[in-house]
Amino acid sequence: MIWTKKDLLGLEYLTKEEIELILDTAESFKEVSTREIKKVPALRGKTAVNLFYEPSTRTRVSFEVAAKRLSADVINIATETSSVRKGETLIDTGKNIQALKADIIIMRHNCSGAANMLARALDISVVNAGDGWHEHPTQALLDIFTLKEKLGKIKGLNVAIVGDIAHSRVARSNIWGLTKLGAEVILCAPEMLLPVGIELTGACISTNIDEVLEKVDAVNVLRMQFERDEGAAFPEQLDYFKKYGITEQRLSKAKKDIVVMHPGPINRGIEMSSAVADGVNSVILEQVTNGIAVRMAVLFLVSQAKDAGR
Amino acid sequence: MKEKVKILDQEGISRAIMRISHEIIERNKGASGLCIIGIRNRGVYIAERIADCIKKIEGADVLTGALDITLYRDDLALASGQPLVRKTEIDFDINDKNLVLVDDVLYTGRTIRAALDALIDFGSPRSIQLAVLVDRGHRELPIRADFVGKNIPTSNKESVEVRLREFDISDEVLIVEKE
Repeated sequence: MIWTKKDLLGLEYLTKEEIELILDTAESFKEVSTREIKKVPALRGKTAVNLFYEPSTRTRVSFEVAAKRLSADVINIATETSSVRKGETLIDTGKNIQALKADIIIMRHNCSGAANMLARALDISVVNAGDGWHEHPTQALLDIFTLKEKLGKIKGLNVAIVGDIAHSRVARSNIWGLTKLGAEVILCAPEMLLPVGIELTGACISTNIDEVLEKVDAVNVLRMQFERDEGAAFPEQLDYFKKYGITEQRLSKAKKDIVVMHPGPINRGIEMSSAVADGVNSVILEQVTNGIAVRMAVLFLVSQAKDAGR
Repeated sequence: MKEKVKILDQEGISRAIMRISHEIIERNKGASGLCIIGIRNRGVYIAERIADCIKKIEGADVLTGALDITLYRDDLALASGQPLVRKTEIDFDINDKNLVLVDDVLYTGRTIRAALDALIDFGSPRSIQLAVLVDRGHRELPIRADFVGKNIPTSNKESVEVRLREFDISDEVLIVEKE
């Protein structure tokens, strides 16, 4: 299996084998972060640019840590203080970064499809760190990596994705990745948070969290993205917690070793109770650790592909 | 690739590994403080066989580890085929230990250069020695092996293929003609 893509834009565009190559490579990279000297020279002399049009701490820092552990140089561009404020277009910004001879742009953008557009316009690698409601491939990859580490496989698992499906790129990337690897995905949310046509992805749909929890091997709980757009339909917070919040009482009827995931940041007492977030089934902090290995694998593979095509 | 000559068979390989093991014990005056680290892939199996031999001879367990050098290659950016990154497994402290680095074939010396860099990132060993099953010459760096199973003079048009039963079907060392 050889990686040939200069970009990582979404799991929709990857084959099962390509997803598995990233996961296998990430497994090898995980060891690097356990060393006393947490650094390997694989991307020495390469420059990675973090270009974030949306606020993000955990994803941006995770990518920065990953790039630095590979010995790449990292530059952070916060768009609030850059020429973007003066009206520069995305493509112009990208071409300027390319002219600086950077090798990889890691981009978070509020518009769906922004990463695809930038990747088409540039010769250097583009890694999508989340675009609008479209995809967040590295988050899904680290969710799947963590799940595989915990349960030993993906094929045949039943995985529930609960909550704000409508506004969630994490949900979309997870649906693509999990179904390609042979898992059954069940989406569970109040109807107002289930976008029309989402069943076309092959996922099942339910509005009853208690029924869903009884049969799944893992539950990925999404964050309510209240900031997404004002005036949009959102359930009342307490009401949502009562009907969909993951609590110890609800989990008591689930499989004993059910894996509870959350992409963070958690709204405690809205999506899940504190007891569950900090409980024995929660792998939320392991997801953060695994995110570094997965992002190291992605940065390594896209830069290898570009070298191969030179 | 065309098969040319069989240089070592199963018995030849196990005799060479046994002799290397004796030499390692002699040089290090026993097995204490000794760790054997194999370079992926086939070096790992040779390292384990050496550790088994040392256990038979000295009755002492020797720590073994596996090293993947992909991320330390100097030709990473130039490599034609895409290298697969595999796991490094060194689950012990290498500080102040006598390490024996093990590989199947010693050729240009670039793999060993990368392995030395990788090991130094794990700590500061007392010494690093090098054991190889086959030394085929053509060094491009100032590196030599301390323990050699067999010296095989080769031409650059040939390649040396080590097969080990843990990884391949049989135990043998062949010289093959590159096409």
